[in-house]
Amino acid sequence: MTEKTTPLWEVFIRSRTGMAHRHCGSVHAADAEMALQAARDVYTRRGEGLSIWVVPSAEIIASDPSEKGMLFEPTASKIYRHPTFYEIPEDVGNM
Amino acid sequence: MYTQALNARETETSAPEDAERLAAFQARIDAEEKIEPNDWMPAAYRKTLVRQISQHAHSEIVGMLPEGNWITRAPTLKRKAALLAKVQDEGGHGLYLYSAAETLGVSREELTEQLLSGRAKYSSIFNYPTLTWADIGAIGWLVDGAAIMNQIPLCRCSFGPYARAMIRVCKEESFHQRQGYELLLEMCRSSEEQKAMVQDALDRWWWPSLMMFGPSDTHSTHSAQSMAWKIKRFTNDELRQKFVDATVPQAHFLGLTIPDDKLAFDAESGHWTFGEIDWDEFSRVIAGDGPCNRERLSARQKAHEAGAWVREAALAHAEKRAARRAAAQVAAE
Ligand SMILES: [Fe+2]
Ligand SMILES: [Fe+2]
Repeated sequence: MTEKTTPLWEVFIRSRTGMAHRHCGSVHAADAEMALQAARDVYTRRGEGLSIWVVPSAEIIASDPSEKGMLFEPTASKIYRHPTFYEIPEDVGNM
Repeated sequence: MYTQALNARETETSAPEDAERLAAFQARIDAEEKIEPNDWMPAAYRKTLVRQISQHAHSEIVGMLPEGNWITRAPTLKRKAALLAKVQDEGGHGLYLYSAAETLGVSREELTEQLLSGRAKYSSIFNYPTLTWADIGAIGWLVDGAAIMNQIPLCRCSFGPYARAMIRVCKEESFHQRQGYELLLEMCRSSEEQKAMVQDALDRWWWPSLMMFGPSDTHSTHSAQSMAWKIKRFTNDELRQKFVDATVPQAHFLGLTIPDDKLAFDAESGHWTFGEIDWDEFSRVIAGDGPCNRERLSARQKAHEAGAWVREAALAHAEKRAARRAAAQVAAE
């Protein structure tokens, strides 16, 4: 049999705690509607979610792990972006 | 465990890899960093994981068959709903795991083909028949119990997608074991005949459950490397001992006898010592010659073939709708 492959979709779920949608896995489905149904069955059997996004896996653009240093290291030296960098006398109270 | 056949020695040797990269990779593992799909990894690490995760997935899928066999014959609506939910969970576990394996570059179609052609392995435990309703309880208690022992340390596996899939699976397993034990407890308390059915189920499932942990450490060839890569955290024998220690008192609570005359409590070590597993039976079942191997494979093949028209129709429908949308867009411009 010459079977075509069924597209892959990434699944994002917003839990009942009101958090942002969070990646939780993937499903195979012929179209978006079936992907949503499959995601519901596979990832929310115990009330794990109130909202689902599905995105074709091929549409995800990811950063290159070998560029991790170039992309993220520069922020390590910018300690003045954190509140603890600034000294406020204790007498001022909480700030 | 669900991946017992990994313990067989591999014959092929792969090309040597850059020593510096290997050292950097091992340093990440030693620092308990998670390895993610796009990160560099040794070819052997990738290959071991593809085999382990896919065998685990196949085991979940084939594992639906012995229990599915009893859904229409469950004695009450409550038990039927529980069994249906459990079998559905096992299907879900298979899907989480296939997704995790696919992040390593293997396709779902390839994995399915490996299972259906008989080239891929799955846990030996699912090649035993479910003869009575008590077997459904014994599977929940013993088989899911053994799976939990194995899967909890896998939540800390060095490969991110596998560890995350295991966390989801472990959250769901507890219900599987408890419904099985509760069912057996109810049977043991109701009549002598029913209790005898439970004893018979234990007699048949005890040794195959111990085999789930794989060969003994002296014969397991992959253990050391998997431990170094933190894919595995405990050896087969360590996990088997944990399982026996946890399960023997549970059997006694039910008023049952473990079918092993060598079983004894060693006060000094605090562990239950037990007799020798029939390793010939283990090898036979792994090699494809257990009581139900052929039946299980043909059930999966039949399901796959009978579902082909649905997959084809769904894709054809999706293509038709996409084409119509494209045509409507052109017309509108
Ligand atoms: Fe499972
Ligand atoms: Fe389970």
